[in-house]
Amino acid sequence: MQGDNILKIENLFIEGYYEEQWNTIVDNVSLNLKRGEVLGLIGESGAGKSTIGLAAMGYARQGCRLASGSIKLEGQELMGADDETLRALRGAKIAYVAQSAAASFNPFHKIIRQYAESPVQHGIMGYEEAEREAIEIYRRLFLPDPEKIGFRYPHELSGGQLQRAMVAMAMACEPEIIVFDEPTTALDVTTQIEVLAAVKEITRKMNKAALYITHDLAVVAQVAHRIMVLKGGKLVEEGEARSLIKNPREKYTRDLLSVRTLREEKSLTEDMDTILRVKGVEASYTGKERVLEDINLTVKRGRTVAVVGESGSGKSTLAKVITGILPPLKGTISFFGNDLSADLASRDRDALRRLQMIYQMPDTALNPRQTVRTTIGRPLEFYFGIRGQEAEERIRGLLTKIKLDPDSYIDRMTTDLSGGEKQRICIARALAAEPDLIICDEVTSALDQLVGEGILTLLQDLQNEMNISYLFITHDLATVKAIADKIIIMLEGRIVEQGEKKQILAPPYHEYTDKLLASVPEMDTEWLDKLLAERASSYLETVPN
Amino acid sequence: MKNVLLLVGKRSLASLVTIFVISIIIFIGVELLPGDVAETVLGQSATPETVQAFRQELKLDLPPHVRYGAWLKDLSHGDFGTSLANGRPVAELIGWRFANTLFLAGMAALIAVPLAIVLGMLAAFYRNTFFDKCISIVTLSFISFPEFFIAYILIALFAVQLNIFPSMATINESMGLGAKIYAVLLPALTLTCVVTAHMMRQTRAAIINVLSKAYIEMAEVKGVRRLRIIMLHAFPNSLSPVINVIALNLAYLVVGVVVVEVVFVYPGLGQLLVDSVAKRDIPVVQASGLIFASAYIFLNLMADVLSMLVNPRLRQSQQ
Repeated sequence: MQGDNILKIENLFIEGYYEEQWNTIVDNVSLNLKRGEVLGLIGESGAGKSTIGLAAMGYARQGCRLASGSIKLEGQELMGADDETLRALRGAKIAYVAQSAAASFNPFHKIIRQYAESPVQHGIMGYEEAEREAIEIYRRLFLPDPEKIGFRYPHELSGGQLQRAMVAMAMACEPEIIVFDEPTTALDVTTQIEVLAAVKEITRKMNKAALYITHDLAVVAQVAHRIMVLKGGKLVEEGEARSLIKNPREKYTRDLLSVRTLREEKSLTEDMDTILRVKGVEASYTGKERVLEDINLTVKRGRTVAVVGESGSGKSTLAKVITGILPPLKGTISFFGNDLSADLASRDRDALRRLQMIYQMPDTALNPRQTVRTTIGRPLEFYFGIRGQEAEERIRGLLTKIKLDPDSYIDRMTTDLSGGEKQRICIARALAAEPDLIICDEVTSALDQLVGEGILTLLQDLQNEMNISYLFITHDLATVKAIADKIIIMLEGRIVEQGEKKQILAPPYHEYTDKLLASVPEMDTEWLDKLLAERASSYLETVPN
Repeated sequence: MKNVLLLVGKRSLASLVTIFVISIIIFIGVELLPGDVAETVLGQSATPETVQAFRQELKLDLPPHVRYGAWLKDLSHGDFGTSLANGRPVAELIGWRFANTLFLAGMAALIAVPLAIVLGMLAAFYRNTFFDKCISIVTLSFISFPEFFIAYILIALFAVQLNIFPSMATINESMGLGAKIYAVLLPALTLTCVVTAHMMRQTRAAIINVLSKAYIEMAEVKGVRRLRIIMLHAFPNSLSPVINVIALNLAYLVVGVVVVEVVFVYPGLGQLLVDSVAKRDIPVVQASGLIFASAYIFLNLMADVLSMLVNPRLRQSQQ
């Protein structure tokens, strides 16, 4: 099934314009892609993998340029080709599936119109024919209600459905190659499976060649024949998928592969201080539909409680209720034995101080016009009235705690920092209030794997040192395994199961917990096939409509 | 559709309140005008007794809040009162002229809005090129000159030198549509020069803002032509800010044509307003002010409704 080289990239250099000069962002990368082959490109953000993926289409993002080298698609040189030549190839010979389908579908047009645009514009078929083909491919990719789903607007589909609709759109002109750019990164583990199944359908059954870009080795292990590991725009190592995962040669690959085990087990005993107790909480945004129902949980001092669930399970709403942003309809929240007022405005300053929060997106959680000093200094002043020299010393102390060098960071603008550094600043800001409990809402999901692990390790060290409790909201079971003492599993606004980690993550599983655990990709290259085969009967029953 | 109707309902109520507040402001404003209608109408030779008697006849001797109450009561029945200057009903005086103002504003809008949008799209398409800069410079130059200056330049050029358009935009009810359009072309062009830059700049900025979105990149890698991307992918998504700016400019066209109407001696509401202020014809001034305010509010309401209708997400949301 595999044949000649369909895409051949040689000695590719790509430059990006920042800090007022052209910098090399892809450094002498060469690759070959054979007909029917899936090549995985993996690495963390900044590794240049998306840039390479787009370069395969002769496309460079704003502020980037293809500096030198050769990109040959079916023998045709794309370097230096004119716009019209490239335009004729894009979408027709080589198509692209982007990371966020929600952002990559035009909100103004119906799904099927966007599907039909490429074949109609390339003169391959008429609109009616494209519509018929779209329905056919929607059916093949297991989209619910394939006859009608295309006639909806993007906002009317779920994230997983949109992502599959985009995979379908890439197939519209029957291209030779599809570039998948992190197509499952933004999805829940259970939804990720649906998309991976669609990718498999296309690459294995329809025999299309693909570049599969991801930062998740376990995901790429399921779909790729060969894997290239990239770091900082350079090739680290390359190999056949199975052997690369079994025997990585380079340390960087081994780091990416390493299973996360960050902590020893801590005991949870009845006589420990309970610092937070949520009792019988119900909450709603509209006043009618319940987003949370009958929520009971406790958090003990110095321990980590992980709240796990898919998006829409109510876990972030739970954080809003506890912090007082969304007053509950029913139920009580007590902190150190005292009931907290339901709404934020009537809580006293001390209650606010003792309960801090760290958010998913450090970019939006930090004021872009403030320096690190102002950001961390603000809670010091607000809660303790500390300013001037004393504040300066405290800020430096906090920066040392989060392992950033005070001298080089204190005067930086928050926008000048990397994602991981920003999240560290958010942690320092929360620590400045000397809290007893920190609610961490998906704090690592916007970060690269290794950076995220750094953050988790830091949180762990801080807990051991300062005996802080965490309520850790996440959809990532690997994170849960790494850090939790106690696990709460949520589904559709209810707690379906809760208990100590060793009890939850050991058989017999609760039915839903089992589904979540089974959905986490494993390094085993056969994992997806086995899982899909297993679910084949029940899967098709649940998907339509 | 339900939520659109709900919005229209809510906003209409709010608009009524706004108009009520504006009526107070207009009334107070007119009260503060120096001079006295009785003296103005009767002339300098009138004896104090005649002036006094005339004031009583016009009910000008009553305290302001009583007069405001009476005015508001009449207004709620649709009665704008009678002109102090010539005794004719205000509604009759205003009606024809307001239609004329709308006609002129409409003509200007018909030229300016498509022109601004097309120029804005082209500027976005050719952004940062010589062409883009030319469009900006030309339109911004026009907006920088006062209206009367542009008006006189156009008159000098087209009416005096080339002699193709009339310098005075006189129209009457017996004229056909073609003749009317011919008569108002110069004032309409003047207004076009004034409002195009603003709308064109907004269109350009809104499109360029959208061009950085992921779905534009998606369209590019699908092999869609750039002009099509601008027109079908970027422009529809930048409609909301564009609609708002268009509404603001249309409102300006309706209420801001006073100077142009005076220059071209056009029988519009602005011209009437200026005359009435000079004559201290209070009912006409008040009624004109109220009509201008209502036009402004109506256009802004339309902008909000349209912004909602062009956005699939807002159009269909359940709430």
